[in-house]
Amino acid sequence: MNLVSLVMPFGVFVALLAAVGLYCLIVTRDMLRVILALEVITKAVTLLLIVGGLVSGHMALAQAFVITLIVIEVVVIVAAAGIVIAVYKHTGTLDIRRLRNLKG
Amino acid sequence: MDPTFLKQQLLMNIILMGAMLLGALATVMLRQLVKAAIALAFTSVVLCVVMFKLNAPWAAVFELSVCAGLITVVFISAVSLVKPATEEERAAHIRFKTRRYFLLPLVLLLVGVGLSYVTGQPLPLPAAEPAGTELRSLLWGPRALDLLGQVLVLLAGVWGVVMLFKEEK
Repeated sequence: MNLVSLVMPFGVFVALLAAVGLYCLIVTRDMLRVILALEVITKAVTLLLIVGGLVSGHMALAQAFVITLIVIEVVVIVAAAGIVIAVYKHTGTLDIRRLRNLKG
Repeated sequence: MDPTFLKQQLLMNIILMGAMLLGALATVMLRQLVKAAIALAFTSVVLCVVMFKLNAPWAAVFELSVCAGLITVVFISAVSLVKPATEEERAAHIRFKTRRYFLLPLVLLLVGVGLSYVTGQPLPLPAAEPAGTELRSLLWGPRALDLLGQVLVLLAGVWGVVMLFKEEK
């Protein structure tokens, strides 16, 4: 058993995490839950970057990318939460199917 | 390295990953959004432990403080600005969940089994970065322009927070 086989299960779990997030993103109708699904997918990507850094031996670079990812993630979440609250104040619901004012 | 030690590490990694996957499942499946946000914070904490184990302490600190702390606070604040669900909406959610999420275990099983075949072959290890390459030199050296972009993105985030909690006139 070497280092690569030690981190190999991480690859499977990264895909499983991404699958959970993507599945929720596809089936949910609640706008706040869409943000949660995005967060779960981001966790998978964060883990993938760290495992990539470990396997390639470029851990410092991987950490720099993860810090950048976290900064962008938090801004995306805050902006998305602001949009959801604004939409809720406007329409009175979190149901994503009600957002069809621009539907042709 | 000692094979027994490596096996113990592998078992520990799988336990941590299992906890993280359970946290992610709870995040997407729990009915109450506050509990879902707490489950997300739990997922972040487990990810932080994994990062520490994989020798990435700086990223782990950021993950713990920002993802498990700040994002949870922002999310719970957003949930508190929304009216709680009525009994009818709760019943509809339970019906919706059982109807829509019944495929999720099957999807996870297929992805897991499929990938266990794909990732069976070990990858060749590329050359490691030269000794002395530190995070701060990488952050402030070749990626200094990225930091400027991050500052601008953070300012956009602050603007988002201001808009989130703006009082209506």
